[in-house]
Amino acid sequence: MLQITCPWCGPRDDNEFHYGGEAHISRPLDAGKLSDAEWAEYLFLKQNPKGPFTERWSHSAGCRRWFNVVRNTATDEIIETYPMGELPKSPEGIKAYEENWRRDSAAEQNAKAGASGK
Amino acid sequence: MKGSASGMRALKGGSSRYSIFALARNALSYHENWQKAWRSPEPKPEYDVIIVGGGGHGLATAYYLASIHGIRNIAVIEKGWIGGGNTGRNTTIIRSNYLWDESAGIYEHALKLWEGLTQELNFNVMFSQRGVLTLAHSEHELKEMRRRVEAIRLNGIDSEVMTPAQIKKLVPIIDTSPTLRYPVMGGFIQKRGGTARHDAVAWGYARAADDLGVDIIQNCEVTGILREGGKVTGIETSRGTIKAKKVGCVTAGHSGVVAEMAGLHLPIDSRPLQALVSEPIKPCLDTVIMSNAVHMYISQSDKGELVFGAGVDSYNSYSQRGSVPTVEGLLAAGVELYPIISRLRVLRTWGGIVDTCPDASPIISKTSVDGLYFNCGWGTGGFKATPGSGHVFADLIARDEPNKIAAPFSLKRFETGYLIDEHGAAGVAH
Repeated sequence: MLQITCPWCGPRDDNEFHYGGEAHISRPLDAGKLSDAEWAEYLFLKQNPKGPFTERWSHSAGCRRWFNVVRNTATDEIIETYPMGELPKSPEGIKAYEENWRRDSAAEQNAKAGASGK
Repeated sequence: MKGSASGMRALKGGSSRYSIFALARNALSYHENWQKAWRSPEPKPEYDVIIVGGGGHGLATAYYLASIHGIRNIAVIEKGWIGGGNTGRNTTIIRSNYLWDESAGIYEHALKLWEGLTQELNFNVMFSQRGVLTLAHSEHELKEMRRRVEAIRLNGIDSEVMTPAQIKKLVPIIDTSPTLRYPVMGGFIQKRGGTARHDAVAWGYARAADDLGVDIIQNCEVTGILREGGKVTGIETSRGTIKAKKVGCVTAGHSGVVAEMAGLHLPIDSRPLQALVSEPIKPCLDTVIMSNAVHMYISQSDKGELVFGAGVDSYNSYSQRGSVPTVEGLLAAGVELYPIISRLRVLRTWGGIVDTCPDASPIISKTSVDGLYFNCGWGTGGFKATPGSGHVFADLIARDEPNKIAAPFSLKRFETGYLIDEHGAAGVAH
């Protein structure tokens, strides 16, 4: 059993939480510019590392808020938890965030281009 | 013992066959002269084909590459020992009652191979067609089940709906009273489904493949996939570099990690799937029963243990252990449906890591790297597919193009949108 520290409610057992998969994925803003392959990459391809992983959890049986977690998938050790919209602060979390191939993906670039174009 | 000196029929490559006469003869020499089932050779510097992963699927692939396609210069590279991964951790259920034509194609192909496997491999895989019964716990589920049964039968696969009374007669230990929180409203059975001895499948394929010259290399971890100009040239291992023209990866649970070595990304989440067994008791259950709504499945092993399984854990993990709430939910449902198990002790629990795909269907595919193939993403139900999976994967590697059965399972489906959505028929939560 995992013990997860909700940024608002503190440490609780994992059956109070709902898993939301990988964190920090940008939704493409200009959908028309993406090819089928790039859409497939955004929708289906996974970052599935054996080691530190940035992921989302929701405290569904508590405050019902979403937040981010850095967890080592090889050991299930939870390295840190932090609110939505923020970036990881632990060295493992920063490394996992920066080395993520999705940072260079077409969806990410498209999302950035759309954001700056406003 | 040297070959067929006594005039006994031999395996294709010359090793002696198991038979009642071999058993009698070896009994007279205190069972000290059985030959080894397979060799433990040093890796050669180069092979025509390397299979990464010595589980059932990998060994079956090597066997069919050798026996059907005549490729003999093959190595199976295994990190630990053969059959020591998910092959040895599953709940051994075999069935082909899937909704879509594509799934029916591959799982029925596998089931037909299961039916002749003991004969073909000359190794008793203990395939027991005791039937697989799936329960419905609501009106809606029952209606959906009727639709599924018709779809399955249209594909020429046996399947029939059962009433609660028929279920009670077949499974006396089940509680079919209407007062249950999730009462048994009906179910459907595939009588040709059942179980097999999972270790025997790995050992049988290993022995038969070895006999055809396949090198089975254990305790050898793959650490890199070598490429040159978009083409695979070999692998890097803990026992040195091994060259190969073609590399097939069959590493359930760790496919994402292996794909990363070749710079590829797969549509896979790796999750723990748990199972547990009770202490052994007298025979009380001679069929396999699955229950999707309350999420548990149960069968009795030949040793008398009740074998239980549930769905995957909700989060990605390679830890090979799962969460307690999953086990708790499984046992709560089990005790309600089968009250006699409430006093049984749990003998052991374990978890394996499974590759779950977005559409709950496997990937049997070429990749963007020439000569590199993946067979993965079987999720919670890979064991039942072992012979069929190996058969079509060998065909893909040998001919470099998928056959009719394997074609729908290529990685291309995630781009074309032609997904094979089997979350319902997969029987457990993904």
